[in-house]
Amino acid sequence: MAQKLKVVHYLNQFFGQIGGEDKADTAPLKKDGPIGPGRLFQEIFGQYAEIVCTVICGDNYFSEHIEGAKEELIPLIKSYHPDLVLAGPAFNAGRYGVACGALCQSIVEQLNIPAVTGMFPENPGVALYRKSTYIIETKSSTIGMKQAAEKMVALAKKLTKGGSIGPPEEEGYISRGIRKNYFAENTGAKRAVDMLLQKMEGKSFTTEYPMPVFDCVTPVHPVDNLNQITLALISTGGIVPKGNPDRIESSGASKYRKYDISNIEQLTSEAYEAVHGGYDPSHANADPNRVLPIDVLRELEREGVIGKLYPYFYATVGNGTSVSNARRFAQEIADDLRNDGVDAVIISST
Amino acid sequence: MAKELEKAGILTVHICTIVPISKTFGANRIVPAIAIPHPLGDPAKPEKQEKILRRALVEKALTALKTPIEDQMVF
Repeated sequence: MAQKLKVVHYLNQFFGQIGGEDKADTAPLKKDGPIGPGRLFQEIFGQYAEIVCTVICGDNYFSEHIEGAKEELIPLIKSYHPDLVLAGPAFNAGRYGVACGALCQSIVEQLNIPAVTGMFPENPGVALYRKSTYIIETKSSTIGMKQAAEKMVALAKKLTKGGSIGPPEEEGYISRGIRKNYFAENTGAKRAVDMLLQKMEGKSFTTEYPMPVFDCVTPVHPVDNLNQITLALISTGGIVPKGNPDRIESSGASKYRKYDISNIEQLTSEAYEAVHGGYDPSHANADPNRVLPIDVLRELEREGVIGKLYPYFYATVGNGTSVSNARRFAQEIADDLRNDGVDAVIISST
Repeated sequence: MAKELEKAGILTVHICTIVPISKTFGANRIVPAIAIPHPLGDPAKPEKQEKILRRALVEKALTALKTPIEDQMVF
């Protein structure tokens, strides 16, 4: 039996069993052997590989200093001379996904060994890192842990054996936008006509040349005079009137609400709170202006720096919220703002 | 959301901590914030200093609203 390969596994503070959001600023640390989901990975690897170390970093620590966190983590990982690095899976956890993607990218670049992570397709880490790293497609939550682990291990085995890697749909990873030449059975003309016939019959077909989607928006023209504008505030940080009267979900929000602030000079901890489930809300609860800066905007309004603060703010929770919901919220809010003659918007996000 | 608002013609500035996410999702005017749980504050500072810091960030966002840009920009 050949020697077992050495694997280092990256986890956030939650899966690494350090703690919840209150520990999200945990600096990188290492623990020997597999932890949490690592035990499942170890079981699936069997005799093929051994998770020699688990490195853990808090989600906020990583996301707030991506370059610094990588600089600390990479030597830590390197000291174990691993053959492979696994990260996550991060499912639909945004900060965790960014961390897993950023780390895997650097591992491949700097240590020249394979790295595999796993995420739900809407995780922001996918858009950022899918081209540079292997990301196994997972479900949105830990309900998909076992399936994700099996696929991640299968791909990791292939990568460490140096065999050729099949296309995304075969191996289960998210498309990296790489094309490979191969010998097709039929000529292009026949394949194109076959596709056309399928299309004409209303049947499904797979294009061989997916068009890239460019979805940049041309920046809107700036304002000339701030002292004449009506400015509105939106926050995805989950600031709502205390008691969350409209029950905006702390995760996977299905709605937004607008709240009257026409008589509010600043947000107080007695009247407002944060219901976002993706960060420790204690500082936001103590002073909600830290997320939604009404106090400062009232000052600027009094001083005539801005014309007027729109008498409502819009609230939702940006925590695992689907892209389609976020898009719908924004479209509805845009209609509302246009009808009310609002000139500009500040969005604050946590 | 920032992208969709701009698509609808509403001038928008995004104050956020994880700038790469904002960029990927297509916000045009981006102002980096202080930290994830307190984007516009710093509980380690005395109250007065904290408010000065918050005001500076909001003023930066207002500057972004006045600035002509051709492409995404981090202020």
